[in-house]
Amino acid sequence: MRAWFRSGSPWIWLTASAVSVSLIMVLGLLSMITYQGMGYFWPHEVQELQYQEPGRPAVRLIGEISDHEQVTATRMRESGLDVPAAVLRVDRFLVKTGNRELGGADFRWIVDLGMRGQTIPNDVMVLERREWGNFYGYLRAVKEGSSVVAQGEAAWPALRERLQRALDIFDRIHTIEKGDIGAVNYTLEKLRLAERRLELDGNTDAALHGRIAEQRNEQQAHYGLLQQQLADLYLDLGRDSLSAEVADGRVIDVKLAKVVRAYQPNTMPVIEKTSHYLQKIWEFISDEPREANTEGGVFPAIFGTVMMVLIMSILVTPFGVIAAVYLREYAKQGVFTRIIRIAVNNLAGVPAIVYGVFGLGFFVYFLGSGIDQLFFPEALPHPTFGTGGVLWSSLTLAILTLPVMIVATEEGLARIPRSIREGSLALGATKLETLWRTVLPMASPAIMTGVILAVARAAGEVAPLMLVGVVKLAPSMPVDLNAPFVHLDRKFMHLGFHIYDVGFQSPNVEAARPLVFATALLLVLVIVLLNLTAIKIRNHLRERYRALDG
Amino acid sequence: MSPASETRNSIIPPVSDRVRHRRRSWRMFKDNFARYFVAIGGVGAIVAILLIFFYLVYVVIPLFGGASMEVARRFAVPGGSETLHLSMDEQTEIGLRYTRDGHVLFFHTVDGSLISDQAIKLPANTSVTSFAAGAPGSEFAAFGLSNGWAIAVKSSYIATFVDGKRTITPRLEQPLGEAPIVVDLNGQALVQLAAQHEGEHTTLAAATQDNRVLLTSFERTQAMLGEDGELTATTREVQRSTEPVTRVLLNPEQRRLYIADRSGQITYVDIRDQSKPRVVHSLHVVESGLQITSLEFLSGGISLLVGLSDGTITQWFPVRDAHGNELLTSIRTFKERNAPINLIAAEYSRKGFIATDAAGYLGLYHSTAHRTLLVEPAATSALKHIAIAPRANALLAEDSNKQIAFWKINNEYPEVSWSSLWDKVWYESYDEPKWLWQSSASTNTFEPKFSFTPLAFGTFKAAFYAILVAVPLSLLGAIYTAQFMSPRMREMVKPTVEIMGAVPTVVLGFLAGLWLAPFIEKYLPGVFTALLLVPGGVLLFAYAWRALPLGLRTRVHDGWYAAVLIPLIIALTWAALAFSPTMELWWFGGDMRLWLADELGIAFDQRNSLIIGIAMGFAVTPTIFTIAEDALFSVPRQLINGSLALGATAWQTLWRVVLLTASPGIFSGVMIGLGRAIGETMIVLMATGNTPVMDFSVFSGMRTLSANIAVEMPEAELASTHYRLLFLAALVLFLVTFLFNTAAETVRQRLRRKYSSL
Repeated sequence: MRAWFRSGSPWIWLTASAVSVSLIMVLGLLSMITYQGMGYFWPHEVQELQYQEPGRPAVRLIGEISDHEQVTATRMRESGLDVPAAVLRVDRFLVKTGNRELGGADFRWIVDLGMRGQTIPNDVMVLERREWGNFYGYLRAVKEGSSVVAQGEAAWPALRERLQRALDIFDRIHTIEKGDIGAVNYTLEKLRLAERRLELDGNTDAALHGRIAEQRNEQQAHYGLLQQQLADLYLDLGRDSLSAEVADGRVIDVKLAKVVRAYQPNTMPVIEKTSHYLQKIWEFISDEPREANTEGGVFPAIFGTVMMVLIMSILVTPFGVIAAVYLREYAKQGVFTRIIRIAVNNLAGVPAIVYGVFGLGFFVYFLGSGIDQLFFPEALPHPTFGTGGVLWSSLTLAILTLPVMIVATEEGLARIPRSIREGSLALGATKLETLWRTVLPMASPAIMTGVILAVARAAGEVAPLMLVGVVKLAPSMPVDLNAPFVHLDRKFMHLGFHIYDVGFQSPNVEAARPLVFATALLLVLVIVLLNLTAIKIRNHLRERYRALDG
Repeated sequence: MSPASETRNSIIPPVSDRVRHRRRSWRMFKDNFARYFVAIGGVGAIVAILLIFFYLVYVVIPLFGGASMEVARRFAVPGGSETLHLSMDEQTEIGLRYTRDGHVLFFHTVDGSLISDQAIKLPANTSVTSFAAGAPGSEFAAFGLSNGWAIAVKSSYIATFVDGKRTITPRLEQPLGEAPIVVDLNGQALVQLAAQHEGEHTTLAAATQDNRVLLTSFERTQAMLGEDGELTATTREVQRSTEPVTRVLLNPEQRRLYIADRSGQITYVDIRDQSKPRVVHSLHVVESGLQITSLEFLSGGISLLVGLSDGTITQWFPVRDAHGNELLTSIRTFKERNAPINLIAAEYSRKGFIATDAAGYLGLYHSTAHRTLLVEPAATSALKHIAIAPRANALLAEDSNKQIAFWKINNEYPEVSWSSLWDKVWYESYDEPKWLWQSSASTNTFEPKFSFTPLAFGTFKAAFYAILVAVPLSLLGAIYTAQFMSPRMREMVKPTVEIMGAVPTVVLGFLAGLWLAPFIEKYLPGVFTALLLVPGGVLLFAYAWRALPLGLRTRVHDGWYAAVLIPLIIALTWAALAFSPTMELWWFGGDMRLWLADELGIAFDQRNSLIIGIAMGFAVTPTIFTIAEDALFSVPRQLINGSLALGATAWQTLWRVVLLTASPGIFSGVMIGLGRAIGETMIVLMATGNTPVMDFSVFSGMRTLSANIAVEMPEAELASTHYRLLFLAALVLFLVTFLFNTAAETVRQRLRRKYSSL
């Protein structure tokens, strides 16, 4: 035994176990996010439970069982449950019962002890709603106004048909509200600013003022028209409703206007479930969030993230490359460049929040306020650029990722053998030509790696953005159909911040959790893919230069 | 040979010299242009990132600058008689002067010109013998008369804008009615007076010629049908002292009364129940031979500022002792010069004050920061009255020559000093000096508590636990990966670890806060068991492995141990967790959290340092791993081979040769990891409770500098002390990480040179 210890072999095993633990952690994390994030969209079985907690009347519950755990009886007793003395451990289930407006909470813990019966009824119906979360119940009738149009067997097909109609109307309303009325509001605001501008300039040209007033009237007339259309549509939308029996036996009326989706998960064939699943994923990726971000999709967050990262990479790439080229090709190598190099290297390790503080102070308050005073005095005191926005966020992250970019590019430049530069120079090319025709093309994969790493870092960074322009719910996207189409001063939504906000600031964390997992999965997926690409390119590059060196 | 034949040999088509020249110079121009373009662009980009540092410093510097003040203008005292009190409005445009003949004068502070002269009606044959000003900003005041009566007034003005010009309409009201208040039924002159008026509550306190201290409270009798009832005043004797009373003070809440007498004794009277004033205690606050020359409240009315005849100013406030008794306690002392302090004026909303001495010197102080910002001669002899502007940006000072000087004060950031940032500070209403961070103001007179110590402590606590998790994991892992792992597995492990490093911290924070924290709370005994079981199990497994038949053993190469162990570790962890409830029942009475609290007295927070350690350890491990692995892997082969050839085992070689050679690289990896842990924001923000506690327990949370910035920055008002302090926090983070990284980088470069020479 001692000899064995002295041989060092046990320690080697221990070191190996450290690698195993790390691997388990990474793979475990990735698979857990994948499982939790992907599982959310699948239509789960809905059960009907007869449940009686010790000392309480029996109740009927309808819902999805979403979690299961075993706890000691002591803990349960502390939380006020009357557990028989002989019981040591209690199994408990988390049931998503939905119907928040009726019961107060979406979720309920129930203990195994009180379970009296468990069935999987065929005709149980799930409604996804625009507010109050999911609804579980048995469809009893479909109504138009107050008259029943279908009940019993006929109710379900009637519901599907009428729901489709309601959804179509809702789409039209949405288009008018977001698109047309949004455009009117935007134009009105522009006109107000134009007028204010004239006022500030002391311009009293009656013709100009008249034109503005005229345009305003025009817009307001248009607005009135749209309002009328909306009123009609809303009237139409409110026509149908359904009544359903919920767990406690009450029959509840639900307006179809409030319903996003209706399905009977227990009788759905696998194909339909799959299509439902894919639809839900598509909704998640392409739709706007509902209910304080806890349901619906994350499209604005995806869009915001992509746009911010795009602007950032447009900013960071040229500057990173030029700085690296300067450091490696033009600057005289010596103590000074060494210090700069160390400084740049170290800046990559400076906490992101510090960049956020800098961005807030320098870009937003200093540059932004300056721009506002010079170019947008008409909007003051309401800031245009003097508040966080997508431009400032991109700039802040550009500064944050600049060191990454410089280091990666320099590394690429350093790998190119001297002989190649000398060959080119010997053939009479100028330094610029050498750089442009041979060195940079050869370094381009390294530059690419740098860009990818910068993008991956920027996409995952949240802390600085919280200071310079990210919001939980942006009223309008940074790109829309109102000229000049791209609005760099607007605040935006971001996947990472979405995770933070929904996971920690939302009032109903339990209900929001699956969505946060899905968002996290999306973010991790994007970043892992980016990083894997960068790793691939880098390895490929190494091989190539190894051949060159040889 | 002619030029023509020369060109014929070339592959470049012949061109005339002029064209060639032009082309060449164009190329040269481009080359030169590129040179400058790249130089400017490159330097620009580098400057841009270095700008961060300078900008942070630029924002922070004003915090540590002192104060300055200058006389903007002087004018003669408006109106006649003797000044009793001066005050100024928020815009520093209008001054108020209360005089001994019962006048209230409103004047422009630009030139001393009178706006309005209002007079109260003094009863016949009386004169004003004392004066009391209410809480700063209330503009309530009272005149004490020679017959034991008092008259309360409230001055205000309405500003209207007519053609862009501000017009002032002053008003003088008597909120307690036209009739004078009878304070002393004996008709003695009131020599000292204190008055507070807030909404419906008014209290007067007075000292009479014969050293009685009286307390007058007011009650509104219930009237018929919603009409205002009549105010009735009730006077009670609080104390009859032997020494002449030199000052009475009432705090703005009208709950505490302080009486100072000539012997240097201060009596603290609890008047929460005004029908039963209770003397809490009396205390001599001066050594013999000294007198109290000035006594004022600090803003908020909790602290007393006592100016003494030797030039000392001491701050006192009641502190609860072990028995729950409130005792006046000396908190801190300022002493700049030796002449007696004759005037003290407290700022309205900050804990700063201005004091002047008999020699005409004026000082700017801040109590919490224990900071003397400025001491300057303001006049050749003692000033008569001073009035500080509500925003503490101006001062009116009346001197003995009936001149008023209007001073402009530049004193934006008195609250910050080295001691207030890092040392324990005794804040108002606390029983002892403490390290506290509490920046948000609930009231106007809130004392902000800006101590970086709990935040820095939290930062290092978080980093410590992260490193505790990350260092064993990453270093052991790096050793195995660099020295023992098979190349094929290494090719898979390295990218996996890089992916680990790329997982966004917001995702880690979310998992830590919403999944890991409840999970660990639930399986607490299991988690600790797993920590023991896994290494133990691995060793046992290794021992058992030795007993396997050689044929089976050699199938798995050394380099694949890590893969072999994965199922084992998963199984062990699962077992530990599965038995967790059972263990909890056996050993911890069914609930380990309760057991911890009852048996060990350790409070259990769900989001605690253990969670941070694991989550941040996860984030930091790849950083350390990559650098350490790089250093270990590039240890020159000949060193290792030499050692092995001399008969050392693989482990001995590793321990004595490889680790020693690569130790600088490992060191630099740990440093960079530490730097990352210190600056990490999202994980701590999401996975701790963010309370600035100062204890090292694994089961409590923390608030770090970075999380604090993230939480408070969006709410900090631009250019306020709080805003600049958050910049200071960022600067501290910047410097600390920069320092760590530079140390690491220097060590690493040295190591690289060493390797290349080997």
